[in-house]
Amino acid sequence: MLGKTAGGLFWMFRFLERSENTSRMLDAGFHIALTRSTAAENEWASVVAAAGVTEAYTAKYDQYVAPHVIDFLLRDKSNSSSVWSVIEGARNNARMVRTALTREVWEATNECWITLKDLLSRPVSERDLPEVLGTIRQQSGLVRGALHGTMLRNDIFDFARLGSFLERADNTARILDVKYYVLLPSASFVGSSLDNVQWESILRSVSAQRAFRWLNPGEINPVSIAEFLILDRRMPRSLAFCYAKIVDNLGYLEEDYGLRLDCHEMAAPILKRLTEASVDSIVDEGLHEFITAFLRDNMALGNQIEQDYRFIG
Amino acid sequence: MQKTQTVFDEMNGEAGDVRYPYEEYQKWLSEENPARLRRKSTAAEAFFRRTGITFNVYGREEAAERLIPFDVIPRVISGREWARLERGIEQRVRAINAFLHDIYHRQEILRAGRIPKELIANNDAFLPQMIGVSPPGNVYTHIVGTDLVRTGEDEFYVLEDNARTPSGVSYMLENRETMLHMFPELFSQVKVRSVSDYPKHLRRSLGECAPSACGGKPVVAVLTPGIHNSAYFEHSFLADQMGAELVEGHDLRVVDGRIAMRTTRGYDPIDVLYRRVDDEYLDPLNFNPESQLGVAGIMDVYRAGGITIANAPGTGIADDKAIYSYIPEIVQFYTGEKAILQNVPTWRCAEADSLSYVLDNLEELVVKEVHGSGGYGMLVGPAASKREISAFRAKLKAQPGNYIAQPTLALSTVPILTKKGLAPRHVDLRPFVLVSPRNVKITPGGLTRVALKAGSLVVNSSQGGGTKDTWVLEE
Repeated sequence: MLGKTAGGLFWMFRFLERSENTSRMLDAGFHIALTRSTAAENEWASVVAAAGVTEAYTAKYDQYVAPHVIDFLLRDKSNSSSVWSVIEGARNNARMVRTALTREVWEATNECWITLKDLLSRPVSERDLPEVLGTIRQQSGLVRGALHGTMLRNDIFDFARLGSFLERADNTARILDVKYYVLLPSASFVGSSLDNVQWESILRSVSAQRAFRWLNPGEINPVSIAEFLILDRRMPRSLAFCYAKIVDNLGYLEEDYGLRLDCHEMAAPILKRLTEASVDSIVDEGLHEFITAFLRDNMALGNQIEQDYRFIG
Repeated sequence: MQKTQTVFDEMNGEAGDVRYPYEEYQKWLSEENPARLRRKSTAAEAFFRRTGITFNVYGREEAAERLIPFDVIPRVISGREWARLERGIEQRVRAINAFLHDIYHRQEILRAGRIPKELIANNDAFLPQMIGVSPPGNVYTHIVGTDLVRTGEDEFYVLEDNARTPSGVSYMLENRETMLHMFPELFSQVKVRSVSDYPKHLRRSLGECAPSACGGKPVVAVLTPGIHNSAYFEHSFLADQMGAELVEGHDLRVVDGRIAMRTTRGYDPIDVLYRRVDDEYLDPLNFNPESQLGVAGIMDVYRAGGITIANAPGTGIADDKAIYSYIPEIVQFYTGEKAILQNVPTWRCAEADSLSYVLDNLEELVVKEVHGSGGYGMLVGPAASKREISAFRAKLKAQPGNYIAQPTLALSTVPILTKKGLAPRHVDLRPFVLVSPRNVKITPGGLTRVALKAGSLVVNSSQGGGTKDTWVLEE
């Protein structure tokens, strides 16, 4: 496979994953804004921060208000992480690697682009927001479904999956990075109803309110949310789950190519830490430090994969 | 051929009776509900959009992608008509390859005085870098798309030879797929020759031209300028159908005297490069130094037999519009036969007599730039305003050598489906030809381009033309 093709697949699926994650975060932010108008501004600020675009946002707007945040994250062409931009990016990459995709994956991607471009061609009103956010997740899901249902399980599939999981791990970690303070044990002493809303919101931003409640009936406490999002291997957006998948897919590549590379050496210890750590030890040593280190390692691994498999010349 | 300006309709003939090749289709059509046909037509458009069969328009808003309109009424050619076209095209393509070999070696045709020396010497399409180079298998034009027009029952003319990198074959294939998908019953009623083997033949034909350096099974790759190129869809489509890699210049470099592509495992050599990048951009070391689309040093590897480039660099000298007018002589010179397919009569404006005739008759002529393509820079006299004609007259006087002129042909028509029912529109035809050291293969069918505006003669997709499925009947 061409190195460029591997890179194209990797980024195509990173971008699709990002569109979905942005939609979830907006959904959670919108929910808080609707139910707790006093907390809205802070909540919008953290949504923008978790999307990693604070600098670009504040260069353009003074205030964190719903119409601006929604527009910036969904439609703004100057924001390279807006849904508009990443869907364009995903489709451009798909066109580039079209010979590596099944017809069904390509058509799902193209359809996703056609649908969302149309949907996002006009400002999205608050009234239409839930439906638009739902469509974004659904379209990305259709591409994933086509990938699972029709693609050979070979290196093409591995690079696509690596892109998805690196992006997903990055996203979950960013949400934790922005919200870590509400998950510290000290916060649970306060236990205000606002905290409860914040906790709900974190779970909502990874589509896991129901899963969490099902596993922890009757109680919601911040440390168990941190544990759920970082360490629970059953939770498909947790850091541990993502890394188990990353190590699996890198392992298939190692086997397929008969080559163990630097990225393999880098990924294994990250997974080991997520497997062996307990949530108490993480909190004791500093939740924020843990997350910061994770984000750094995750980014470095992405760069290493790019280099090891010659994405660019 | 100017004896009559009545328009020949390929379905209804001159007399208005359904012509023989369309009989079976007409039978089907007469039982078809027009509303259903129109629904199918809308469905076809949705299918093309979903599949992403689009082309990019230069100079429009970034990433503007458009569909080429597809008309659901097929263009039908009988087996007998096709057999003659096939013979004529093969003869022409063989002559062109012989001409190219000669012109880059001994230049016998110039010595014999059959075409003027200046036409070659002063021509940008002639590449000095190709002098003395013999491409693997002696094939210059691996892929040709001969443009034909028709004016009557037995009157076909070659309009252009397209010996560089003709495009459109993906539309031939997708148009047929679309028709099969929409009207399966039609194909069990009418026996139409299949076009679907084209990618397989293309792959085999390219493989047969592998260079001496090729060790085992030839590795074929398609070189594209990238996703923003107007024909990118076709590049990826052909690579996909052939099971070949789709590469860009920055994926390639010279490694150990071969052209190699950067893969996830390292650099792998390529044997045959089907390039969809113009000569000028192929090699920044040998041609345009600014080019980002090619591979530095590929011409040196090519000359040393390390890679096959399809089509060979320098083939443009054979489909230059000034050379075009000499093709009948070229056919005669190399094959010893009379050309089976006629040229459109052509005035070379470089010649004083011709120029004065052309200037006097601009209202009735089509004037083309010698090096232009895609219908740009062209004057269609009968359709032009007085102002356009006088502006063109000035350009023509300033640089007569840049232009040729041809009579405005009464191109044949085939009906298209409009809101008000069937209506005739002018068409042309581009069959696709594959040349290998063993044979010349012409896919039975081709791309029919159709001018969608009533009366218009401009069929180019960049100028609002559409396409039709082209049927060659099994007989």
